[in-house]
Amino acid sequence: MTDTIEEAPASIGQPKRRKEDARLLMGETEWTDNIQLPGTLHMAFLRSSIAHAKILRIDTSAAKLAEGVVHVYTGEDFPGQPGSTCVWPVTADIVMTHYPAICTDEVRYGGDVVAVVLATERYLAADALDLIDVDYEPLPAVVDMEEALKEGSPLVHESAGTNRCYTHNMPCGDYEAAKAKADVVVSRRFINQRLIPSPMETRAVVAAPQGMADEITLWTSTQIPHVLRVLLALLTGIPENQIRVVAPDVGGGFGGKLQISREEVLALILAKRLGRPVKWSETRSENMVAMHHGRDQIQDIEIAATKDGKLLGMKVDLLADMGAYLQIITPGTPLLGMFMYSGIYKMEALDFTCTGVYTNKTTTDAYRGAGRPESTFAIERIMDELAAELGMEPMELRKLNWVKHEEFPFTNVAGLTYDTGNYEAATERALELFGYDELRAEQAARRAAGDPVQLGIGISTFTEMCGLAPSRTLGALNYVAGGWEHCTLRVLPTGKVELVTGTAPHGQGHATVWSQIAADVIGVPFEDIEVIYGDTGRAPYGMDTYGSRSLAVGGQAIKVAGERLVEKARIIAAHQLEVSPEDIEFNKGVYSVKGDPEKSNTIQGIAFAAFTAHNLPPGVEPTLHGEATVDPIDFSYPHGTHLAAMEVDTETGKVTLRKYVAVDDCGIQINPMIVEGQVHGGLAQGIAQAMYEGALYDNDGNLLTASMGEYLLPSSADLPSFITDRTVTPSTTHPLGTKGIGEAGAIASTPAIINGVVDAIRHLGVNDVLMPASPQNVWRAIQAAQNGGAA
Amino acid sequence: MMHISATVNGTHRMGEVEPRLLLVHWLRENLGLVGTPIGCDTSNCGACTVLLDGQSVKSCNMLAVQADGSNITTIQGLGPEGEMGTIQKAFKECHGLQCGYCTPGMVTAAADLLAENPDPTEEEIREGLHGNLCRCTGYHNIVKSVQLAAAEMRGAK
Ligand code: FES
Ligand code: FES
Repeated sequence: MTDTIEEAPASIGQPKRRKEDARLLMGETEWTDNIQLPGTLHMAFLRSSIAHAKILRIDTSAAKLAEGVVHVYTGEDFPGQPGSTCVWPVTADIVMTHYPAICTDEVRYGGDVVAVVLATERYLAADALDLIDVDYEPLPAVVDMEEALKEGSPLVHESAGTNRCYTHNMPCGDYEAAKAKADVVVSRRFINQRLIPSPMETRAVVAAPQGMADEITLWTSTQIPHVLRVLLALLTGIPENQIRVVAPDVGGGFGGKLQISREEVLALILAKRLGRPVKWSETRSENMVAMHHGRDQIQDIEIAATKDGKLLGMKVDLLADMGAYLQIITPGTPLLGMFMYSGIYKMEALDFTCTGVYTNKTTTDAYRGAGRPESTFAIERIMDELAAELGMEPMELRKLNWVKHEEFPFTNVAGLTYDTGNYEAATERALELFGYDELRAEQAARRAAGDPVQLGIGISTFTEMCGLAPSRTLGALNYVAGGWEHCTLRVLPTGKVELVTGTAPHGQGHATVWSQIAADVIGVPFEDIEVIYGDTGRAPYGMDTYGSRSLAVGGQAIKVAGERLVEKARIIAAHQLEVSPEDIEFNKGVYSVKGDPEKSNTIQGIAFAAFTAHNLPPGVEPTLHGEATVDPIDFSYPHGTHLAAMEVDTETGKVTLRKYVAVDDCGIQINPMIVEGQVHGGLAQGIAQAMYEGALYDNDGNLLTASMGEYLLPSSADLPSFITDRTVTPSTTHPLGTKGIGEAGAIASTPAIINGVVDAIRHLGVNDVLMPASPQNVWRAIQAAQNGGAA
Repeated sequence: MMHISATVNGTHRMGEVEPRLLLVHWLRENLGLVGTPIGCDTSNCGACTVLLDGQSVKSCNMLAVQADGSNITTIQGLGPEGEMGTIQKAFKECHGLQCGYCTPGMVTAAADLLAENPDPTEEEIREGLHGNLCRCTGYHNIVKSVQLAAAEMRGAK
């Protein structure tokens, strides 16, 4: 076989339309809730309607007799069974607590589970919940973090003796010495409000004894099928080699599906125990209280500088709301931003402290950006405050302090080494697209005219760390797993290719992007590659998708696996063409003899030869495949400059986003169309934090924003089109030069918006606005400033 | 139990249903048309949007029996058999979807919008689709998709 294939153009860098789309667009989908197996029992959860109470008595007798009901369980049926677990005990003295699969004696947040019904039909399971009678003795709810830490506060976990979960301090340099040199010290308290991740697909689980031997399959709407399988085995005692986890089509995650949940644990245990399929589909209202929330920090930030604007040091004191229990990385989430508080700037010292606090609220955990949006918000907001204090142009203050492009690699004050970056280039491009000078002129004119609608310009020059993570680094941080990623590439006898990845996409387009990488590395047509993921049966090794790691780590594994495959095929090609491997050239899928290109074979031809195995060189095994499990050598650091033009009606407090420019640098782009889509989606979520969203609780711990009617997810009418562009500074820690882009938009945009809002009304004495910048919050900030000093 | 019969994606379907059964559950669970997903329980998200006698409706916000005698088109019947229609192709071309969960509702709502207004402005598109939430795309490319579909459909006439 010496047929040649047409020279394919490089696939990397092309805005390839997505392989995923035709199926999704025609409704040929495989959401977990689509799965209907014969004999399925539908699971429904009775959830506590009060935040904190003793359970005195549960009467399930009427429910047990109801139509269609097969079983009703309470906590007594699962003594000691955990419903979730925390894999990141951040300090040696952290207060860990038990998270029951079903509560036995006490409920600790509104939404905690007190009973479980299994019935033959979805509607009948829901009906039966109304027949369960629970006697509660209400306990005082712990809602406010500062109150929770006071002596004599009611306790979320009585046995812990405290609501303080942990305090983590990381002093870098000598902050007090840096402060002593300062001419100016600015301190502010920022509130990073609680958010509800809200993927459009809520959670769903189907567990069924199915397949070979004792295997039980769990389909679940998750970002982490591989990690979940390990944790389910550890938590249930069911042997890991009997559990298969499948993440079919997953309708968004944003960190909300980076979790092990009691619903998954119970579905697995009950399907195993009863020998029949068990299914649960979460309602949206359930999702609002029962899927973990994000953010929720009080940030006390202090920055010290010379009168010329040179930064000296920064002090960060955080209170981070854990909610009622610790789940997968609850305590670690705020610490993911710990190394990034200095942002893109040079300074001598950073003193970071974070205290995690238990409250009677839904558990918090990762939400798009996880820790880095909070750190970026703090540094970018305080830079504007410092600029105002110094009377400097905020962009000039940034330029004075950022790491110049010739200074890379640069080790920041917290010890992270930023491999590459070019803040000057990204900023220049952003200023140009924005029309910065014209908008500043308009701002001045409106101010001079006393226009009731004022204009503000918000800046965010940010970087973030992504590509979780070098396994050693994770180990040093007490995280109990690694950060590697796996890929297997197989060229099948017919020339078609299977790419098995350990990443678990849920909207990111891995099938397309991974095909682009492999097409170039092994020289096969993009169309011939099938990407296999999200199933521990078919893709057994992986660390899944979160923290903008899929391309940053998983992409490396594809490249290395492809290179290994190419080298194996080279040896076979050399043998068949009767030359030595050094005399073989590989170009776009064709192996040819150097100086004699007529003598050649294609990679597909070699795959067939490796399958028949009639004529392989000695010591070479049949089949053509390459495998790699890659541990990244370091993080990568996307960066960018975002600018927002904000109009604020000073009479009503109404805020309008007039123009948004985002120039990002994520290194080499494999597929610029998908990069841009990721930026858009991130922007929408970051802007939503700044302008629309916020989970609110009353003093009794009731979630007031418990449905989509009350929790304001932005619609198309609430957002503008965005102006986006990229600069390209290749990463040197990644063999393809790429960085991550999944979270950048969400990380950068929140401070850009709030800086813009404050900039519009700073002349009225305002120096902060609570998020979301709703008309009410903005109007109040203006009133407070007018009635005596800044808010 | 009550009798329902309707034309769904061009095929006559009927059955006995509980009076309280939601239309979306009839489509998904009784007829197996799982292309139409559910995103909420307060009729806010639009994921479940289908065309009922040509008008877009939220199928979670209706009882199955209320659809008796009607003509229903779901995402699975929107394009020509086994192919994508103009709007679907435009969504692919403009990267108007990521996870795809909002997509059936979004495409269906866009079909209704374009039937009423073949040449909408960006603002009309944004207003017209405001009942359909998407958490992935930030709407930017959805708007572009609808603009492209509109242009293609006008061109085709
Ligand atoms: S599922 Fe119908 S509007 Fe949300
Ligand atoms: S594409 Fe995921 S919700 Fe719209």
